[in-house]
Amino acid sequence: MDKMPAWADAILVPLISLILAALLSSLVILGIGENPIDAFQQMVQGALMQSSGWGYTLYYATNFMFTGLCVAVAFHARLFNIGGEGQVALGGLGVALACLYIPWPHWSLALLGSGLAAALFGAAWAFVPAYLTAKRGSHIVITTIMFNFIAASLLNYVLVNVLRPTGAMDPATAKFPEATHLPSFQEMFSTAETVMFRGSPANISFFIAVAACCAVWALLWRTRLGYEIRAFGHSESAAKYAGINPVRITIIAMLISGALAGMMAINSTQGEAERLVLNASEGAGFIGIAVALMGRNHPFGIFLAALLFGFLYQGGAELAFWSGIPRELIVVIQALVILFTGALDNMVRMPLEKLFLAMRKGDA
Amino acid sequence: MSAPAIELRGISKAFGPVQANKDISIAVQPGTIHGIIGENGAGKSTLMSILYGFYKADAGEIFIKGQPTQIPDSQAAIAAGIGMVFQHFKLVQNFTVLENVILGVEDGAMLRPSLAKARKALTQIAAEYDLHVDPDAVIETLSVGHQQRVEILKALYRQADILILDEPTGVLTPAEADQLFRILARLKEEGKTIILITHKLREIMEITDTVSVMRRGQMTATVKTSETNPEELAELMVGRKVLLRVEKAPSNPGAAVLEVENLRVVDSFGVERLRGVSLHVRQGEILGIAGVAGNGQSELLEVLGGMRSGEGRIRVNGEEIDLTGKHSDGQSRRKRGIAHVPEDRQEEGLIMEYMAWENVAFGYHHDPKYQKNALFMDNAAIRADTAAKMEKFDVRPPNPRLKARNFSGGNQQKIVVAREIERDPDILLIGQPTRGVDIGAIEFIHEQIIALRDSGKAILLVSVELDEIMSLSDRIAVMFDGKIMGERLPSETDERELGLLMAGISGEPEGSVAEAVAEQMRKKEEREAEQHG
Repeated sequence: MDKMPAWADAILVPLISLILAALLSSLVILGIGENPIDAFQQMVQGALMQSSGWGYTLYYATNFMFTGLCVAVAFHARLFNIGGEGQVALGGLGVALACLYIPWPHWSLALLGSGLAAALFGAAWAFVPAYLTAKRGSHIVITTIMFNFIAASLLNYVLVNVLRPTGAMDPATAKFPEATHLPSFQEMFSTAETVMFRGSPANISFFIAVAACCAVWALLWRTRLGYEIRAFGHSESAAKYAGINPVRITIIAMLISGALAGMMAINSTQGEAERLVLNASEGAGFIGIAVALMGRNHPFGIFLAALLFGFLYQGGAELAFWSGIPRELIVVIQALVILFTGALDNMVRMPLEKLFLAMRKGDA
Repeated sequence: MSAPAIELRGISKAFGPVQANKDISIAVQPGTIHGIIGENGAGKSTLMSILYGFYKADAGEIFIKGQPTQIPDSQAAIAAGIGMVFQHFKLVQNFTVLENVILGVEDGAMLRPSLAKARKALTQIAAEYDLHVDPDAVIETLSVGHQQRVEILKALYRQADILILDEPTGVLTPAEADQLFRILARLKEEGKTIILITHKLREIMEITDTVSVMRRGQMTATVKTSETNPEELAELMVGRKVLLRVEKAPSNPGAAVLEVENLRVVDSFGVERLRGVSLHVRQGEILGIAGVAGNGQSELLEVLGGMRSGEGRIRVNGEEIDLTGKHSDGQSRRKRGIAHVPEDRQEEGLIMEYMAWENVAFGYHHDPKYQKNALFMDNAAIRADTAAKMEKFDVRPPNPRLKARNFSGGNQQKIVVAREIERDPDILLIGQPTRGVDIGAIEFIHEQIIALRDSGKAILLVSVELDEIMSLSDRIAVMFDGKIMGERLPSETDERELGLLMAGISGEPEGSVAEAVAEQMRKKEEREAEQHG
């Protein structure tokens, strides 16, 4: 018998964790002499009550969906890929090269090309740690995190010495050509009378992220490759028994994982910045870990968790802008949410399991 | 009659919704050997854990020598004169016997006086109970049988009057088991009370005075061993009549399907686990591999099943198969018609977190009839197939969507056996087919193996249960230290001879059996240590 029903595991546990995080955050806000209810209202107001706020929330959520899926796919093969940052950075490089050096006739073709380049570059960056793990037994956590640093340095070099237009002062590429401009939500949803999502960075990549969620779900639960990835993740010895090649699965899972991270760049680099800048990932690679944890490594859960973190990001920015609450405190609140939904999962889960057991015993 | 050494009255213990012990009452007379028998999960271990202070009973009382006693922890159990020998020994491997004996009962910060005292005490105990172990030997150099003696010594040194042994013969050769039983008989003579927990009927009949039978958390009967028989005990354990002997017609072997020549395997530490094994299995016969766990049987199955590479030659239906390269994995083996029920169903045969239907496709997930199209698997087809197999093999509950871990051991094993046998393989490799499986399911699985044999398939059976090997096999090969010690026909051998072969002794030993066994064990361990370095 499972200890508690699936719905409680998937919804109740994260919800209670979230409420606990909110309560603790309120105490922190009270501690610095501000009103937590006002602050919360401010966040909701800024992130959810206007379409432009939604535009930012969905933009962040798109980033987090890609990096959350990246962590989840690797996790199903019991590989802890924390190299999302580096893979996003390389994805950005791929997008920049595709946008700058290929004369695209139309944005849709440009998106196809840059998406492919982003996935390829991200996957290639994940390949080296994957190979070292599969063939040499290196620890994936160590190699992927080291590759984050290598990626940062590499990008630094490329931006400063190779891709920076002559005469420009900042380490960034030139602006991408007009033909590669992706339709923003403002352009897509505004009518003659009302402007929607005014000035916000959300763009068509959001739908690609949603499609990626669906594709990852189908991959993991409907295809033979997904079956093998999950089997390998649950038990390497059993996978070996079944004739599933551990080297192959490790490398393929990491390639898919890296490709998903890399694809975040179509949202942030091509969709929003329209040029490649330093530190283009904005930490999304790491947020992806929390998103995947909270989403139980399930694409639908990741979709919801990405929305929540998008809200926290945008709401937090609004809060810092409009209230006396310092920006650092926003980070504290975000950290508390990660702490409760991710790291302290069992703290909520175990009492809840006991409760369900007791309830079931009462029935019997 | 004097007061019972231990009396339990109305002991109950529940873990969540599972009632592990229900209203258990039992009285163990002093100076007797009392057997507790029951299937896996019947609640034997829980009961003993309560007695040793690991768990607290929800209800009930414990009386030691007529006195009501609380046992909140193991210290209290020791103080009450209870000693426990666990299935998995609790010894520090790189300590000497003496150091292990005093561990936890040192007299002070300095060890020297305690060691001296223990040395004297051990000499005394050794003389009194005929229980000899070198006090200065380091544990890891001792054979399993001797390590078990150290556990008994530990209990005696703590002045235990009541000794509980949990499945003590699981890790022993038959010869070592006999020695253990002699020690227990001697302890009984000296007035100790012994509780023997086991699932082996033979041991109960051989050594106990009284036997209590447990089933599903309840004590179903307590009878004098002299007044019962194995059939009756089996019925009490399972709750219905059970066929203890496997019924089978004589085998009618055909051509050799599996031929192994000079097979060698070196493990990742550089130790040779198979040292030139040659054997063959013919159509319509069961070749049983007997041996104490850890003598190369697992490695043999793993090479044949494609889980490990090896050197030598293996022919299947006359064709040589790849042992190291691209075609040496489990998929290639399955294509050759080799099905494999691995020794460890929880770590290898099943994905515990997968649902039953996902496990039924496991290893055969490339089967075209499980695919919907080039992209997707046909999950509905797999579920339908699973439902059919569950029905045929009487898997309970017959729910394809239940996770493997939520089935009992017997039903898990039935899922694996159904998956492999229903593939109609030319060769079935089957390791420990009934380990941790209840008696009812054992009967069923044995019938399936025999039926497969009768349909003309070749079966290679590996089991540490000598009874199982003797009753199922048409030929028996005995392995010791990575080699085949000899082959026998079941009709022309007996447990004694097989037991000696399992200890690496062919023919009658010159001196005492015990010494010869110890000598062989020592040689084996020396070789392994040498290659390891």
